[in-house]
Amino acid sequence: MSDENAPEQKVKFYQKGTYTVGNRLVNVRQRSVQASMDRSNSLTCGHRACQGCGEALGARYAIDAAMRATNNQLIAINATGCLEVFTTPYPETSWQIPWMHSLFGNAAAVAAGVAAAMRVKGLKQVRTIAQGGDGGTMDIGFGCLSGMFERNDDVLYICYDNEAYMNTGVQRSSATPVAARTATTPAMGANPGNSFNSGKNLPLIAMAHNIPYVATASVAALHDLEAKVTRAMSLHGARYLHIHVPCPLGWGSAPHDTIQVARLAIKSGLFPLIEAEHGMVTATVPIRQPVPVTDYLKLQKRFAHLLRGGEENARKLAAIQTIADNNIKRFNLVRKEAPRV
Amino acid sequence: MLKQMEGSRAVAEAVGLCRPEVICAYPISPQTHIVEGLSELVKEGRIDNCEFINVESEFAALSVAIGSSAAGARSYTATASQGLLYMAEAVYNASGLGLPIVMTIGNRALGAPINIWNDHSDAMSMRDSGWIQLFAESNQEAVDLHIQAFRLAEEISCPVMVNMDGFILTHAYERIDMPRQEQVDAFLPPFEPIQMLDPARPVSIGAMVGPEVYAEVRYLAHYKHLQALERIPVIAEEFQARFGRASGGLIRPYRTEGAELIVLALGSVNGAIKDVVDQMRADGHKVGSITVCSFRPFPLDALRQLLQGVRRIVVVEKNLSLGIGGILANNVRMSLRGLEQPVFTVIAGLGGRPITMHGLQECFTKALAGTLEELHFLDLDWEIIRRELHHARSERRSGPVAENMLKLRLQGRSDV
Repeated sequence: MSDENAPEQKVKFYQKGTYTVGNRLVNVRQRSVQASMDRSNSLTCGHRACQGCGEALGARYAIDAAMRATNNQLIAINATGCLEVFTTPYPETSWQIPWMHSLFGNAAAVAAGVAAAMRVKGLKQVRTIAQGGDGGTMDIGFGCLSGMFERNDDVLYICYDNEAYMNTGVQRSSATPVAARTATTPAMGANPGNSFNSGKNLPLIAMAHNIPYVATASVAALHDLEAKVTRAMSLHGARYLHIHVPCPLGWGSAPHDTIQVARLAIKSGLFPLIEAEHGMVTATVPIRQPVPVTDYLKLQKRFAHLLRGGEENARKLAAIQTIADNNIKRFNLVRKEAPRV
Repeated sequence: MLKQMEGSRAVAEAVGLCRPEVICAYPISPQTHIVEGLSELVKEGRIDNCEFINVESEFAALSVAIGSSAAGARSYTATASQGLLYMAEAVYNASGLGLPIVMTIGNRALGAPINIWNDHSDAMSMRDSGWIQLFAESNQEAVDLHIQAFRLAEEISCPVMVNMDGFILTHAYERIDMPRQEQVDAFLPPFEPIQMLDPARPVSIGAMVGPEVYAEVRYLAHYKHLQALERIPVIAEEFQARFGRASGGLIRPYRTEGAELIVLALGSVNGAIKDVVDQMRADGHKVGSITVCSFRPFPLDALRQLLQGVRRIVVVEKNLSLGIGGILANNVRMSLRGLEQPVFTVIAGLGGRPITMHGLQECFTKALAGTLEELHFLDLDWEIIRRELHHARSERRSGPVAENMLKLRLQGRSDV
């Protein structure tokens, strides 16, 4: 993809000499595929995400893919949350696209309004996406999201799921996995961490709205993620993409392990990669070599209390393994065919 | 064109004449007939090129309008009471973002106890939200204010709430002079946003602002209201020139020449007040009234000019700031700062309690005689309040207050 004649971006000193994915300042031969000038880099350097942030990575790939799919005719609406805060500390902005933040719980509704405005203005080519974290999507924004789904508004909603309220300091959300330690589910007492038999599966709930497209994706499978965004943008009506984005700060994982953690979530069966159209599963990404859930859990301090031995912990680990096994069964993830991950 | 029609239907048609591009609707009494009317107008194709969106809550209704307005479409919604509270976060957000959305409020009381009837508690809850708040005295004025509201909102990039009394106006059938489309088109140019979401010119809207300039941003919002104080009378004058009738403006004095007593109020109760003023003038009392049309921005200077030196000032208002009194009266006092003129408050019509001319006249007569309390509750049944207070004092678990009061009221009736 790298082009000998590619123009170099204006030098920003802090970027010079780094080998960050997408860096256009390094030698042309050393540039990665993401540094191609065909990529819009809608979310540019200079934002203030933590080291190893899965959400920043996921957002950049998702938005760039959406930009390519729409010939750069894209408007993004952002819920309150990490992505909003780290990209737009006034007077700076990392967004190279028309972007608006309104509130925590209304991104889906605001995006529906933008899509309606584009319809009345006859700007069919301009497409709308909404994006938010798991709290803004699954909890406080759930009403607006369900409304946007059932009206089949022409919006792609992207949820960057890092499994807790990270922006406010790692509090539990309805996406927090069972047993996980957060600031409001501390690893204390007889039942440390998040309680069992809690939480919800938003992709399945989205599917229950019979909307044109629902998919899950992960920062560990970026080509798959891009393909799903491209597919989503080829369709009209309400579409939902749920992206698993590890948060080193909140999960207690090493920043350099973000991709590894995300990959183990897929390989253990805890985060299945699926696609569905009009409520029917159309594709899943098979797991070549399933791994036990402990491989995934042990990289994260939020589960450290589970791994200290004892009968009770063994029962809990078995329960988490059952969740993974059920996912594998439900979506037939372990099967004989050409694997994609 | 003169028509006999319901207030809500009239407002729906007036909004339609303003060529809205996105209308968001969520039902709540007494606003429902407005959005029902609009849904018909859109379905019939009488409003051209308009998206009518049925949403799942008032919070979503205003949020959709925020999105469509930011994308450059003229946007409208309507609500009342609990609905306005439910959308509160978006109400502040819309004004903070400077989006010229127009919203009708069919004014209604707030629960608990749940009550669907008229008062101004809902609008007052949003008095500091940064929205322009206009109050219609009649259905004709409600029609006219909507046309002026879009013009004002889009001129200064600030959302406008048009308040009309629930049921008293929304459900009343009156003669309406409905403007013609070409008249409205000449008065209200197409919406040209000062900033919008546009792939050709990408901007980030709604960024985080810290202590370094937040106060300056808020001052600029305040400045918009100061601008509105100047623009509202100008727009009302132009409206009168084009449409041939006076509507809107900041305030409307009625028979205030040489008045010893001036009564102020918001909304439809001004009709009854003017009738009482006429009666008392006929009896030789020097009484006048002022209709406050613009509550936000509040016309401090205009009121001060008219009220300066007036011996008695009475504010009749359909809200109660608990423990303090009337909110409008407090604002009127602000207009008289430095002057020693007492302002009397008459709390009336809460939760739809009828305000009778008899009751008003009694208050005004007392005010002239100097015997009106500073805070007076019109037609309050002190007997059931006394009995309930006694009951609550004597029994810790005395039961739900609202239900007890109803019981006592019914018992009182059966005693008669």
